[in-house]
Amino acid sequence: MKSYPLSIKPFGAKAILVEWPQQVDHTILNDILLFVDTLKNQDSSSSWVWVPAYNSVTLIWRSRERMDFEASKRFIEQLYKNRNPQSEKRKHTIWKLPVCYEAEFATDIETSAHTLGISPYELIEQHTSNRYTVFGIGFLPGFMYLGGLPESLHIPRRKEPRLHVVKGSVGLAGKQTGIYPQDSPGGWHIIGNCPIPIFDASKEKPCFASIGDKIQFHTITKAEYDLRKIEAEIGIYNLEKVQPDA
Amino acid sequence: MLKVLKSGFFTTLQDSGRFGFRNIGVPVSGVMDEIAVKKANILLENSPEDAVLEITMTGPTLMFDAPTYICLSGAFLSPTLNNTPIENYSVIKVEHGDILSYGRLENGFRSYLAVKGGFKGEVVLGSFSQYVPVTVSKRIKDGEEIEFDSVVHYEPVISNLKMENHFSGSNIEVFKGPEFDMLNDTQLKVLFTKDFTISEKNNRMAYQLTEKIEGYSETLLTSGTLPGTVQLTPAGRLIILMKDGQTTGGYPRILQLSEASISTLAQKKFGDGITFRLI
Repeated sequence: MKSYPLSIKPFGAKAILVEWPQQVDHTILNDILLFVDTLKNQDSSSSWVWVPAYNSVTLIWRSRERMDFEASKRFIEQLYKNRNPQSEKRKHTIWKLPVCYEAEFATDIETSAHTLGISPYELIEQHTSNRYTVFGIGFLPGFMYLGGLPESLHIPRRKEPRLHVVKGSVGLAGKQTGIYPQDSPGGWHIIGNCPIPIFDASKEKPCFASIGDKIQFHTITKAEYDLRKIEAEIGIYNLEKVQPDA
Repeated sequence: MLKVLKSGFFTTLQDSGRFGFRNIGVPVSGVMDEIAVKKANILLENSPEDAVLEITMTGPTLMFDAPTYICLSGAFLSPTLNNTPIENYSVIKVEHGDILSYGRLENGFRSYLAVKGGFKGEVVLGSFSQYVPVTVSKRIKDGEEIEFDSVVHYEPVISNLKMENHFSGSNIEVFKGPEFDMLNDTQLKVLFTKDFTISEKNNRMAYQLTEKIEGYSETLLTSGTLPGTVQLTPAGRLIILMKDGQTTGGYPRILQLSEASISTLAQKKFGDGITFRLI
């Protein structure tokens, strides 16, 4: 198991930022997940809240007592040393999400395809033929930072963000693709819409995906979309998932 | 029950916050000015987690349909109980049918109404705090009814506090943020000598400042943010995240406000000045 030189620095009086090298890399992501697993097991008094993303974990001190940075730093270094490589073999879920790429939802598919020098059909083909890794969840409740977009779909974000992007919109921006979990302003190119709720506060697990999981999109027609949307509204939608070895 | 006759400009139900869901992008929410709320809850001998109404800029008109005890804190909005002026940081008995209303904003921006035992509402992910899309509504609306447990008699240990407001100064205490070292000498000088102004873009999510500093061109990977994180955009704009602020971001986190300074900033409004002081 490879060990990285970690940077551990205070982030205000009540948080610590732990950083791995500045890279989007699956090996680093897995190392971060190992560290977080070890933390979960050893933080019996639930003193910490942790937010992993790409190459970092932000640890937030929950206790009302003062945070002792030096003692916490030693605790973090010890945790990292003691991380269990066994859980490295953990299985990440692959979530299969339906997307309707038809014109009604795909506001920017024509212009994006034109910019990329491909046809809208090829754009959809390429977008659905890759599995994307969840490198972080943040920004908005349930917003997943997805990595692994093929280079042929890398497109600069829109010069002027839209004030209103509808919930479920699937977009492209830079090296990323993603789904807007709710209505929000946004600067991504919209190429479709996913009828499955990405964030549902009424569920015990409000966001089905975890960091490290993978997302694969598949095409559905407008008729299927309408059906799935109704299912989602009455809360009976099913999530398709596969384990990597299945 | 508290009947909301008029809701005011922006009134929300808030408690100490929503913890444990930050890793799926859910902000902590909760009261913006923790210092003001802590005092009101202490005077009422409530638990620090008890929910209060956070009243922004313009007050609501409220009717109590049962006796209880209340305490107001934070911004001073010239409150009256049945048209008789009342003070902040005082335990006040209210009776069935009493009407609490507010007048002119004298100081601060966010006023709090605490009630003996706390207000009740829908608990979502462990908190009453209103934040869409976690809760269905983002604010209290006209005609709404808010639950509390009636208290007929209570002898407060301390019935009022005379004190200076904690938010009258313009100094904002900051720690170095994770990307502080990215700042050059020019940026540092401007940051710690200039007076900054709160822009019209200020709310529970973030406060933007009007004045810009020199920008930069580096790009960073998205990483965790906190309430009180000062982000610097490539164009040189300063954005201070607040209680409903995003949980991660890709801009350099140059400064981090102390907890006390988050309370101070929460009482600043469009046009108010602040200066950063490194601690």
